[in-house]
Amino acid sequence: MSETQSSVARAPSPGFSFFHYASPQTFFPLAGKLLWPCWIAAALLTLAGLYIGFFVAPTDATQGDSYRIIFIHVPAAWMSMVVYLAMAFWCAVGLVFNTRLSFMMATALAPTGAIWAFVALWTGALWGKPTWGTYWVWDARLTSELILFFLYCGYMALQAAIDDPRRADRAGALIAIVGAVNVPIIYFSVKWWNTLHQGASVSLTAAPTMATTMLTGMLMMALAAWAYTIGAALVRVRAIMIERERSADWVRKLVTGADFNGDSKA
Amino acid sequence: MKPRQKRMALIGAGIALLVGAVALVLNTFNDNMVFFYSPTQVAAKEAPQGRTFRIGGMVQEGSLQRGDDGTSVKFVVTDTAHTLTVAYKGALPDLFKEGKGVVAQGKLDEAGLFTASEVLAKHDENYMPPEAAHALEQAKKAQSTVVQ
Repeated sequence: MSETQSSVARAPSPGFSFFHYASPQTFFPLAGKLLWPCWIAAALLTLAGLYIGFFVAPTDATQGDSYRIIFIHVPAAWMSMVVYLAMAFWCAVGLVFNTRLSFMMATALAPTGAIWAFVALWTGALWGKPTWGTYWVWDARLTSELILFFLYCGYMALQAAIDDPRRADRAGALIAIVGAVNVPIIYFSVKWWNTLHQGASVSLTAAPTMATTMLTGMLMMALAAWAYTIGAALVRVRAIMIERERSADWVRKLVTGADFNGDSKA
Repeated sequence: MKPRQKRMALIGAGIALLVGAVALVLNTFNDNMVFFYSPTQVAAKEAPQGRTFRIGGMVQEGSLQRGDDGTSVKFVVTDTAHTLTVAYKGALPDLFKEGKGVVAQGKLDEAGLFTASEVLAKHDENYMPPEAAHALEQAKKAQSTVVQ
């Protein structure tokens, strides 16, 4: 019983191979190249989205202008769930294939996901006071999102508490994968139970229940959140790669400034 | 089976078991997961007796009465099947309106009056400009006159 696919560098194959980028020394320069497009897309989409959200989109018939926090609240809440699923996915890939990079990706995603969960909770509270009349209630949607935030914190805390990165990765992966069960609960909570939180305005199965300009602004902000998240995760994963592989040849070459053009000269 | 496939199967089985367990737990605690009870559930005595709970529904059109002291109000909560009268003393949220959603926390007395200590407005997931809302209202009115 031997692992045929190990992390030992494979012979470079002609043409594009997805697995070519599955090792840190090949992914590092690729991640670097992807950074600027992510930042630019995030900045432009945020500017356009906020402009549409605050100046073009009409006021809401029931809520007046206070609904405008939706342009930050909903993208943040979506990303908090998507990032958790991505984190759980990379953890599962890491456990199955024993790839180093997968766990690094999961570790890199966690802080950004936690920030999104926090932003969703915070903007939700600020939105709740003028509309519902309260900052916080313990309904299923709000409570499960708070649990998501705690899961992110738990993942990061557990990883930080274990010195051996391999053991830290495995322990963290357990939280990430088990906690992923919470994500569909958050999403469907407003359908399954009576909640103070309203149902989904945008879903895959039904027409959106929002005016078109409002929806456009919100989707632009959602795309901006995606671009920012990818950029932030790439910056972090590059730092983690260098830290964890500090004794590897490619990092030494990179740090000492020896000719490093992204190709491993194995 | 390669070790890699074994791990994949183990993780898959683990997730399946976990999802099953969580589904069972949520199903069992379904009654405790609701944030509020509807007037129909209250009428069917499904709501907790003798302690604080929340009710939710629509504020019935034309049912809001304001007391002489200016802070106490009375209104009827309906889910179109059953109704419940709610008494409350305090400031109502801005979005509180007849015909709109409401969630109230309080106690039910023997006479069937629900005395609330907190009233929250529940808005729906529809966002539209005031003109569109106005047009919708006009269309509704036109339709109801046609039916009559």
